Amino acid sequence: MAQVALSNEEILAKGYDPNVTRRLIALASPYWQQILASLLLMLIGSGAAVAGPYFVKVALDSGLRAGSLTVLRQSVLLYLGVSIVQWGVTYTRINIMARAGTSIIFDLRNRLFAHLQNLSLSFFSHYSVGRVITRVINDVGVLREFITWAVLAVARDVFTLAAIMLAMLAMNVRLTLLTFSVLPLMVIATIIFRKRARENYRQVRAAISWVNSILAENINGVRVVQAFSRQQVNYDHFSQEVNLNNLNTNLRAARVAAAFPSVIELLGSLATALVIWRGGVAVFGENLGAAAPITPGVLVAFVLYIDRFFEPIRDLSRRYDTFQSVMAGGERIFGLLDTPVEVQDQAGAIDLPHIQGEVCFDNVSFHYSDDPAVVLADLTLHVNAGQTVALVGETGAGKSTFVKLLSRFHDPTQGHILIDGTDIRKVTQNSLRRQMGIVLQDPFLFAGTVRDNILFGRLEATQAEIESAAQAVGAHPFIINLRHGYDTPVEEGGMLLSVGQRQLISFARALLANPRILILDEATSSVDTQTERLIQNALARLLTGRTAFVIAHRLSTVVKADLIVVIHDGKIVEQGTHSELLALGEHYYQLYSLGFEE
Amino acid sequence: MKRLWRLRPFIVLYKSQVLLSIVLLLGITAAQLVIPEIIRQVIDIGLARKQINFILGAAFFIFVIGLAIAGMTYAQRYLSEWLASKIGYDLRNRMYDHIQNLSFSFHDHAQTGQLISRTIEDVRSIERFAGYALADLIRMGLLLVGIVSILFLQNARLGVIALLPMLPLMSLTISFGRKIGGFFLAVDNALGELSSRLQENVTGVQVVRAFAREPYEIDRFDQANRTLFNARLTVINQWSRIMPTSHFLVTLGTLLILWFGGQMVLAGDITIGEVVAFNGYLLLLAQPAQQLTWLVNLAGEAVAGVQRTYEVLDHEPEIHSPPGAIYLPPISGKVQFVDVCFRYAGENISALENIHLEVEPNQVIALIGPTGSGKTSLVNLIPRFYDITEGAVLVDGYDVHQVDLKSLRRQIGIVLQTSLLFSTTIRENIAYGRPDATMQEIQAAAVAAQAHEFISELAHGYDTIVGERGITLSGGQRQRVAIARALLMDPRILILDDSTSSVDTHTERLIQQALENLMQGRTTFVIAHRLSTVRRADLILVMDDGRIVERGKHDQLLAIGGSYREIYDLQLRDQDSFHEELQALDLLNRPRPELSQVDRTRTIDT
Repeated sequence: MAQVALSNEEILAKGYDPNVTRRLIALASPYWQQILASLLLMLIGSGAAVAGPYFVKVALDSGLRAGSLTVLRQSVLLYLGVSIVQWGVTYTRINIMARAGTSIIFDLRNRLFAHLQNLSLSFFSHYSVGRVITRVINDVGVLREFITWAVLAVARDVFTLAAIMLAMLAMNVRLTLLTFSVLPLMVIATIIFRKRARENYRQVRAAISWVNSILAENINGVRVVQAFSRQQVNYDHFSQEVNLNNLNTNLRAARVAAAFPSVIELLGSLATALVIWRGGVAVFGENLGAAAPITPGVLVAFVLYIDRFFEPIRDLSRRYDTFQSVMAGGERIFGLLDTPVEVQDQAGAIDLPHIQGEVCFDNVSFHYSDDPAVVLADLTLHVNAGQTVALVGETGAGKSTFVKLLSRFHDPTQGHILIDGTDIRKVTQNSLRRQMGIVLQDPFLFAGTVRDNILFGRLEATQAEIESAAQAVGAHPFIINLRHGYDTPVEEGGMLLSVGQRQLISFARALLANPRILILDEATSSVDTQTERLIQNALARLLTGRTAFVIAHRLSTVVKADLIVVIHDGKIVEQGTHSELLALGEHYYQLYSLGFEE
Repeated sequence: MKRLWRLRPFIVLYKSQVLLSIVLLLGITAAQLVIPEIIRQVIDIGLARKQINFILGAAFFIFVIGLAIAGMTYAQRYLSEWLASKIGYDLRNRMYDHIQNLSFSFHDHAQTGQLISRTIEDVRSIERFAGYALADLIRMGLLLVGIVSILFLQNARLGVIALLPMLPLMSLTISFGRKIGGFFLAVDNALGELSSRLQENVTGVQVVRAFAREPYEIDRFDQANRTLFNARLTVINQWSRIMPTSHFLVTLGTLLILWFGGQMVLAGDITIGEVVAFNGYLLLLAQPAQQLTWLVNLAGEAVAGVQRTYEVLDHEPEIHSPPGAIYLPPISGKVQFVDVCFRYAGENISALENIHLEVEPNQVIALIGPTGSGKTSLVNLIPRFYDITEGAVLVDGYDVHQVDLKSLRRQIGIVLQTSLLFSTTIRENIAYGRPDATMQEIQAAAVAAQAHEFISELAHGYDTIVGERGITLSGGQRQRVAIARALLMDPRILILDDSTSSVDTHTERLIQQALENLMQGRTTFVIAHRLSTVRRADLILVMDDGRIVERGKHDQLLAIGGSYREIYDLQLRDQDSFHEELQALDLLNRPRPELSQVDRTRTIDT
């Protein structure tokens, strides 16, 4: 929530940026025909709108005052014709432009998403989910408003203003100048108001997000609240501080917000009064501009124009704020699009042929691009196809990085990783990862059905294959007992299922993919006895017949491994079997004697 | 509308403000109606009879009226905002208090996001309606009545003709208002779907990459994006029809006035000024008529908002102190379960069946058993977080249903598996249950909970803010602060979820020590995962399917060879077996290597 307040500050601090503008134009350029057409239609429509009062004037002066029914009817019919044109033009324009705007946004969101699919994992470790969503949903949303409505609205406002001024000038210069005399007041009022309003807006947003976060916390912690009987204290804090602050902030903002329309209203009637006064006097005799006589029709047309004159000005001042947030949002969106993709397929990368699963680390070192501290140093390891390797070591020793290099989520800074003798940098990422399976410590399930989640391992699998995979890891019995069996929807993050059940489904998913190399981050969470037994059996089933790297937490898993690799401070310090390493009495021995010492 | 009626009590509270607002609106409307009349007189009297003073007077009058309108508009707008904010304030207070008092059984099924959006967004749509739309609807009604009667009074025939296009305009706007709500809902849903696809993709990025499923994901996102695109186009299509049409209908009114009114002028029935004034009045109607779309939209949102907020407010907290509840005196800590059965609301299967249990003061009870076997359900009955279906739960002989809730819960301390802290200072977190505690008491609790040391090392010590706006504490640190929080309450009965969260050995040992301090001299119920805790318990309860299937001490239960033995073999034995293995290898008798090689505080990350 604090982030919300912060991003608002960003919005408000941002001014005009030519770079962002250029790229926005580039985004819109595929639709230049539609935009041009809309602009033209807009011009026609605004012209029609401005012509309205003129027809009224003709009807009054040349028709009624001159006593000509024909002229009256002509001008009314002309006005009708123009109105129908305006109707058609507006209808078409909205459809064309809004479609173009929505398409631009559609393209941009797809582009952002596709780019996200290529970014490296380390990008996501420091760019939170919330931020990604803000970029793709909210920031793009601001752009949408702008592109679909604001661009044309600004064009319309400017054009309408110009047309009204021209029409007024054409009718009477002096009266026009008289009307314009209130403009400086208007400009001053707008500037003062906008500045205050912007600051108020920020405070109002901050106040409501405080309410939001206090509320969220109270709901999340409601069990603690009730256990400690804190309701009264919390209510007092909420109603007397948090919510009251929201009330007062809103009221402060209201005092300013209510003033602006009043001032505009007042200036409007000031202009009307001036025109009536000076114009009225001029109608009989006192010549203001000899060339342009003032008639009652001119006067009425002027009063109508004044009414329409202030609306575009008010609108433009509103658009200015949108424009600022568009600049800020645009910069953040392009910042994301410009984030370089770290791991890329090499030019001429080949598809990795079907592998056996022999893995070689040849003097591999690694550090992150933005941090020179060495994470892994001089790793050399040879694993035969079909072996199970247990990786052990302290938190932060480098086990996770080791497996990330193997699945090429990062590229080593030195040395080579070979699978069946082929450097993994020489093959396409897709062909590499299709032959590898990864089971994470916290099994992630997607919203969708149980079937969809298992299917994720191999999209073209048949129902029979899905079931036999589930059967093999022991997930089938509990799945068919779910309300809709394999078609039971899994809520976001798999909340409906227990941790153990989620693990089994992720095992089935990995098994269905039938990878030659399996990477498994063993879960530590405690599950019930039955599930524990299922998991241990499933694990055994999953590991057979493939090369497996296990970041092991269970002693039973470590003991059974063909090879135990002890990683300490980014280096491999020991490797061997359980009894060999135990007999060595060093790192491995220490890790376990410390971990399980009573 | 019936739903909106439920807001009445909130609005009645501010009836004088509402009244004043209506009076102001009346004033504004009246003043606005005057202006076309002045212009008519300027043309018919001032210009026709060449009276300069009349024109000057009229101009001045227009300005004065403008001033009055401006003043009243200001006051009315402020009042609207005031009303909106006040009603929002009241409703939010009520929601907040209501939600925090709703029982566990409600919160078990409620989604935090839903409750928040009801308290923030739905209340916002209610206050928008109460503040702006309500006033504007009244204004529209008044304008309509005022203008229609003026038009008819001046010239009934022309009035009918001029108002003719207003009828389709009204019906069009209202039907639009009804439809557009559904279309907007479709857009909201599509946008929601798009964000959850995105959120999921980013959260599950490792899985997506691991299975090389990027093309599939891009395809799915594209689908959701396309749905949104279509939903948007539907809305745009509606707008593209209504906007020019309503504008056209308003213009049509002017045209009809000119056409027929003009003929009447030429026939000498009415004056030019009257035609102009007629048009002026009609234009006064145009803007609110077009606003009707917006107002109908707001009213629709408010109806939905009222429905959603009252869904929460209508939910009665099931658990509260009975009338005339006894204030529970300081207890010694005896706990009895007498033939307790318990079923969660809306479930068919009992969570607990026939629980019979007597616990003496200061005993330590370890509960063990698979997930869903009823351990948590059992301990949740002691502070009466749920009401039982049969039997009785007694504390020191008092039925927990008969005593004042606060007096009961104050004497029970709880440390949950996930140690939830609030985003405030550490000091306030420890003093959560006793906001009046002194600094000495807080520190003493922290010392006993093995938390004082790390707290003192923080930059701001006890005043360090934790959580969202502050620093992030590790799992082990949070747990110890939670233990200090429970310790400060000095409860006679303690409920502990002794989780094996991933902490290093050193922290593990500190937590063990803290827990031991905590359990000292209290009746303790532990949902146990650690062998050490289970071994030390005075009584182990092995639970399965809502029943206590075995009870006794560690050695006794092991000897029986039943469920406990099974659990021990599968889950607890690891903690023993390595010790045995080392003995078998005779390594324990060998001199140990230098431990300094490995940092003692770090270990395998179990």
